[in-house]
Amino acid sequence: MEYEAVIGLEVHVQLDTKSKMFTRVSTGFGKPPNTLTNPVVLGLPGALPVMNQEAIEKSIKVGLLLNCNIAEICKWDRKNYFYPDMPKNYQISQFDQPICEGGEVEIEMPGKSPSEIGEHRMVKLTRIHLEEDVGKLTHYESDSLVDYNRAGCPLLEIVSEPDLFSPEEVFAYLNSLRNSLVSAEISDCDMEKGQLRCDANISIRPVGSTELGTKVELKNLNTISGVKNGVEYEIRRQTKALNEGVTIIQETRRWNPEQKYTTPMRTKEMAHDYRYFPDPDLMPVKIDPDWVERVREELPEKPFDKQRRYMEEMNLPYSSTSALCVDRPLCEFFEQTAALAKDPQKAANWVVNDLLRELGQAENEENDRATLSNCPLSPEMLAELINLIEDGKVSNNVAIELFPEMFTSGKSAKKLVEEKGLEMKSDGGEIEALCSQAIADDPDAAEKFRGGKEGAINALKGSVMKATRGQANPKVVDEVLRRLLSQ
Amino acid sequence: MSDSEICSLTGLEISQGLNSGKFSSEEVTLAFISRIKAVDDKVHAFLSYDEEDMVNQAKGSDQRRASGQLLGSLDGVPVCLKDVISAKGQPLTAASKILENYRSPYDATVTVKLKEAGAVVGGRLNLDEFAMGSSTENSAYGPTRNPWDLERVPGGSSGGSSAAIAARETPLTLGSDTGGSIRQPASLCGVVGMKPTYGRVSRYGLAAFASSLDQIGPFSQTVEDTALLLETISGHDPLDSTSYPAPVPKFSDSLKTNIEPCRLGLPKEFFGSGMDPEVRKAIEDVIQWYESQGYEMLEISLPTTELSIPVYYVIATAEASSNLARYDGIRYTLRSEHSQNAIDVYAKSRGEGFGEEVKRRCILGAYGLSSGYYDAYYLRAQKTRTLIRNDFDKAFEQVDAILTPTSPTPAFKFGEKSEDPISMYLSDIYTISTNLAGLPGISVPCGFSENGLPIGMQLIGQAFEEEKLLGIANAYDRELQFGRKQPNL
Amino acid sequence: MSEESSMDIDYVANLARIELTSQEKEKFQGQLGDVLKYFEKLQEVDVEGVEPTAHAFPRFNVWDKDLAIDGFSAEEALLNAPKSRNQQIVVPKVVEE
Ligand SMILES: [Mg+2]
Ligand SMILES: [Zn+2]
Repeated sequence: MEYEAVIGLEVHVQLDTKSKMFTRVSTGFGKPPNTLTNPVVLGLPGALPVMNQEAIEKSIKVGLLLNCNIAEICKWDRKNYFYPDMPKNYQISQFDQPICEGGEVEIEMPGKSPSEIGEHRMVKLTRIHLEEDVGKLTHYESDSLVDYNRAGCPLLEIVSEPDLFSPEEVFAYLNSLRNSLVSAEISDCDMEKGQLRCDANISIRPVGSTELGTKVELKNLNTISGVKNGVEYEIRRQTKALNEGVTIIQETRRWNPEQKYTTPMRTKEMAHDYRYFPDPDLMPVKIDPDWVERVREELPEKPFDKQRRYMEEMNLPYSSTSALCVDRPLCEFFEQTAALAKDPQKAANWVVNDLLRELGQAENEENDRATLSNCPLSPEMLAELINLIEDGKVSNNVAIELFPEMFTSGKSAKKLVEEKGLEMKSDGGEIEALCSQAIADDPDAAEKFRGGKEGAINALKGSVMKATRGQANPKVVDEVLRRLLSQ
Repeated sequence: MSDSEICSLTGLEISQGLNSGKFSSEEVTLAFISRIKAVDDKVHAFLSYDEEDMVNQAKGSDQRRASGQLLGSLDGVPVCLKDVISAKGQPLTAASKILENYRSPYDATVTVKLKEAGAVVGGRLNLDEFAMGSSTENSAYGPTRNPWDLERVPGGSSGGSSAAIAARETPLTLGSDTGGSIRQPASLCGVVGMKPTYGRVSRYGLAAFASSLDQIGPFSQTVEDTALLLETISGHDPLDSTSYPAPVPKFSDSLKTNIEPCRLGLPKEFFGSGMDPEVRKAIEDVIQWYESQGYEMLEISLPTTELSIPVYYVIATAEASSNLARYDGIRYTLRSEHSQNAIDVYAKSRGEGFGEEVKRRCILGAYGLSSGYYDAYYLRAQKTRTLIRNDFDKAFEQVDAILTPTSPTPAFKFGEKSEDPISMYLSDIYTISTNLAGLPGISVPCGFSENGLPIGMQLIGQAFEEEKLLGIANAYDRELQFGRKQPNL
Repeated sequence: MSEESSMDIDYVANLARIELTSQEKEKFQGQLGDVLKYFEKLQEVDVEGVEPTAHAFPRFNVWDKDLAIDGFSAEEALLNAPKSRNQQIVVPKVVEE
């Protein structure tokens, strides 16, 4: 029988705030163990939580980016369960009044080729709620160590409907979500740093059937590829089971990235009894409409909307837009360049090809991310270079030679052209002399041309260009040669 | 002045004596320390005290006085803390085995305020483990005894805080009150004890029992002292989201002008059966006294009174089961030697570290929140809590304060109720509803039983009307001064 | 209600992560049964349309600005730790939950 997979995702995203969710000790990564702690983080006797307003505002921002309904009132609940990474043995979360409900994530599937746009679709969200992160456990042979630096960091849980139907869609969903959140400066969404984590609810059903099969919750999907492989494996496992007449039980399974299979963790019967109840230490949040509007006004353009604008209004090719729109600073660089350059498409080409190449190389050399902010090349400089080509002041080849030096030295194109004397030669007298010389040096080429062999002129042009080290303006050379040869 | 004379003084009298140079803070502190050494073997109000630290604080106060840089009206006056209130570098056991070796790395907000006022913040006072109890019998370190009769309980949970005042081991103490844990022991030990309006005093640094009910409050010999101590620890605290941004009057100044006689309510439900006849007699005398002063008495009704105990125990145990989950043998509490794996560490450390009543309440609380029971227990209790608040709102449309006994009986004997939870729970019947409504309540000594056991009256005020409440209480206390009577130890 | 008057003590004790001796179990079973019976009067109260009280004096938006301050040193953080190594708390091996 033919089966289709039905997948829902629970994505946890660490919000990029200065201080933690319920106390003002600072957040951070790579600090000495247990130094981002205080009485509240460690859950010492008598410690009490106080909300972080910025975390709530960032959550509203996410809600608006993903077209959610923002709650007028949301409150805090305690989720009670014992685990060594959780200092109070309860997590402050939101149970029945989350900050956002509904919403959608726009995804794009791969096109027929990298240069062709793929199919777009909206994936439905159930809810988004705000909570506090737990500490980090490291497992050793005989014991485990706990570091509470991460504990209490603001954590957003984005829960999708069972509205994804393949590992490819899951992959597209996570990429789209990550692009939106990074470009809105909500989080760096670095999975390796645990800033974005993902659990998947997976079930399969006969193609055509409308009700859901028995769902399995898959945990420990710590990398994008982990998510893809884990989901793929679990779909195969369930399909195989059903084909062999084995019934699938509702359970939580763990993805083992090393051995590449999933193992059972918890059955439905063993499911936690979290004993949620409203946290008496915290007052509820009221979000008035003006606040929502203020946040809406500061909302950045969504990556896919930007991409559509580039294609429709600036008629850039899809391939350039898809390279640009995953990187908001790059888009800003491009738009500033395009505003000053005579040809926006050329601006896009330079940014997507040459600028990205140079950034990539710098990255490999310093092997940490070379960003536009710290590169000496400015949009003004790039626009100037493009316009020099348009005005016939430098040849394309020369420009391509100059670019890397502009990128590293920050010297303007004009300056480099002068220093190196690379300005294109259009001075009639000098070029006429060189042309006569060329004709004199290669009489039979001249004869062939006069005899009607059009192509023969290229040999003559070539020697003139050689003589000027490529700096003679090809148009001028062409005119002069034709004039002299017609005499 | 002799040590015993010093130890019989109130906080205010000590402050005045320090100002007039009768004695130094160091002399005062040493006098109380020797008193502790003399009588605390019998009373066992203290779990620990840091003699050196107290003397150093006293010396510091004397130097400030010498250089004319006094901090506040409590400068140089000793104040001791119930062992659930954090003081940096000091133990905090909550009278539990599980926190035996714990030392607090930070100050509670009330501790900061006391130090800023110059007080000598000293010893750690005994209690029922994690403030769960009404007799201080539930302390892992042995019970506190009632200074008026060592065979009887001092009440609880703040039994150490009330007994230490009655035994004159310190002039001022702080306790915490979740269902009567300040007022009931104050009543049983013949001292003044007050629970402020919920949110009046910061809970930051108070080991939580039931977060929506807990409040820190003062104990003393007189209402005047209570006013002085309350104004020192009150005020909005950004570290406690439930602390309330209401202005704090200078309560001790307000007491200098007598308040106009007003109208007191007598809830008929409180004066029904179950009240000890001697207690009833004492309260009738109080009523007569107030009437003689021109106060008007009005019978009122609080129909939900009988519901207050189940509502209280459902809410308090549910919150406690969650609040006490952090005591797990992982980060800072005792870890069981017998634990093999992580689950063991929890179950065994908590099984070995907690006393019986704490286990009982954590289990009861977990049950009330568990799936299938939440609506029938916790949610229903929270809704009924609303009805209880409404009763008080109605009552306060007619009266300025409510007058009741603090406890249905005087101090009872050890073991009398400890095996029967419900009868123990019932000893809080008059105090519990105040916490559920978040209102301020004060217990003032109002006489003695035939066999010389103290009896206390309770006055309940409107939210954030401590000023008026203290005025009404002080009118009586200033005249009759039962709290100044001393047991002979 | 009455069947609520006896609770599954093993289930709840495990939820609360408290190991009970068999004597304690027996004793609590009885005592808590009485307490739950006593609580049954709650079930008769008419709470139709009554809002629950979560806070005595509720307010909204009690929060701080996002300003970071310094925390504990590792020493302070581990001051009371029963067992620590490499500035971290040592716990018996945990199976991923
Ligand atoms: Mg979840
Ligand atoms: Zn979550």
